[in-house]
Amino acid sequence: MGGTMTEKILSSKLGRDVEAGEHVVVNVDLVYAHDGTAPLAIDVLEGLGFDSLSGNVVFTIDHAAPAPHAEAAALHIQMRAFASRHGIRIFDVGNGISHQVIPEAGLVRPGMVVLGADSHTVTLGAYGAFATGVGSTDAAIAMARGRIWLRVPETMAITVEGKLEDGVMAKDVILEIIGRLGSDGANYKAVEFLGSAIEEMSLDSRVVLSNMSVEMGAKVGLVPADSVTLRWLEERGVEAEPLQPDPHADYGEEIIFDAREIQPNVALPGNVDKVRPVEEVEGVNVDEVFIGSCSGGRFEDFLQTVRVLKGRRVREGVRCIAAPASRAVYESLVESGILAELMGAGCVMGPPTCGPCIGAHMGVLGPEEVVVSTSTRNFPGRMGHPSSQIYLASPLTAAATAVRGQLTDPRRLLS
Amino acid sequence: MRIRGRAWRLGDHITTDHIIPGRLKYKVRTLEEMRRYVFNDLIPGFSEKIRPNDVIVAGRNFGYGSSREHAARLLKLVGVGAVVAESFARIFYRNAINVGLPVVEAFIETEDGDMVEVHLSEGIVRNLSKGTQVRFKPFPPMIMSLLEEGGIESYFRRHGKLPWE
Repeated sequence: MGGTMTEKILSSKLGRDVEAGEHVVVNVDLVYAHDGTAPLAIDVLEGLGFDSLSGNVVFTIDHAAPAPHAEAAALHIQMRAFASRHGIRIFDVGNGISHQVIPEAGLVRPGMVVLGADSHTVTLGAYGAFATGVGSTDAAIAMARGRIWLRVPETMAITVEGKLEDGVMAKDVILEIIGRLGSDGANYKAVEFLGSAIEEMSLDSRVVLSNMSVEMGAKVGLVPADSVTLRWLEERGVEAEPLQPDPHADYGEEIIFDAREIQPNVALPGNVDKVRPVEEVEGVNVDEVFIGSCSGGRFEDFLQTVRVLKGRRVREGVRCIAAPASRAVYESLVESGILAELMGAGCVMGPPTCGPCIGAHMGVLGPEEVVVSTSTRNFPGRMGHPSSQIYLASPLTAAATAVRGQLTDPRRLLS
Repeated sequence: MRIRGRAWRLGDHITTDHIIPGRLKYKVRTLEEMRRYVFNDLIPGFSEKIRPNDVIVAGRNFGYGSSREHAARLLKLVGVGAVVAESFARIFYRNAINVGLPVVEAFIETEDGDMVEVHLSEGIVRNLSKGTQVRFKPFPPMIMSLLEEGGIESYFRRHGKLPWE
């Protein structure tokens, strides 16, 4: 009987074979927090009088960045002061979103155990790391002690076989999966994404699967670290070993998807598992389109966006906000000429920030407004007014929607 | 440890955004200032209507969404004595235990306003208004000790170490 990637990582950390269901205390290789969660972690650390930190800690200022008001600015000041006192590496305003900046900086390798005080920390599973989101207290304890207790999760394999049709992106794949499993379909479990469709994907696509795995409750969302991963890491100065499940890994459950059957999908307002093919719900009028976030603001996302926007314009009356996930992504948009195409089509360029996704700033929705967004969640009121409506979709669908002013299947605009 | 209060009946997939919208977190500095927004989009005026030790009885996947610990801390702050739900989202579940908010995985037929009693150490939830009860799997000793001592911070203050150290 072989091990899943999850079991292999935790077994290697503990120096013995672990089993699903046991409680273990493991060393944490990296723990990070942002301006939404670090201030509370700092309060906990200071409140408990921890004056030295044994964990490897990183801070990012990405959620309300640049500060939209004095209150947010005060939190940033608190983080900078704490970081400077403890020698913590901080990615300040403008560097980008934690889940993108941290891998770009070469801080993640396959086999690591990573905690982030952010639910979308699971994103780093795409690099083969056992990465999971925790609250501020858990993060604070890991910062202080460098260790955390965990329940070893059961592992579920999600296998996607075959070739995706043109116009279908990783976001459509993960929405298909969440739509079928439901928003608690993988609760407490480790999810491992396998199959030929995943092997064919770039890192920019794989991260979308791992990123959204928390939207079905997963503790981690791992992708095998293969030659694609190792090349991506090597380009950022990281030498790493591959990570694969053993040939006969014992998955509690395996769910298989046929890539050829997946169409452009959309999650209807309210919950991420209310998934329908775009084709069936076309025609909804929109006020805003947002292309960005830790789930849809990478180079490949914008490369696909301009396939639709090139030579076209964002429809009058629609604001199309584009925010690269990091400074490095932004620079690649400049160098490749994509930035000029986005601007030329009438997009509003935002800085690297989480901003609109959490309704913090830079695209907050008013009463009854409708957005099509490449971000992570569509809960009522998340991006602004409680009566506003969020549809989640791929960058291609978002771009097609921006051009038409109504929810549109991107295959109509791709030649 | 026993908690007794009126039930607030909620449905499935109550998210941390329902508990406290993320957008407020950057505008409002302290938990004390945030308390009046708790569940406000769902139950206007909740923070004023709730009485100490009231119990939230919800469906599946309670606490789904953002990792913001403010959600668990605020429920405790406004007076929620325990949350009984068919299932919990994992980050919220951990956060609740860390801050000393009892979270119980159980299903019991309940209507708004029923009197509910949670016996944590025995693993029983009673609906006193309906005269019914269900059992749940009691907590492992480490988790029970965190709940009894009001969360990880007060545990550490008292013992100078963490439960697993």
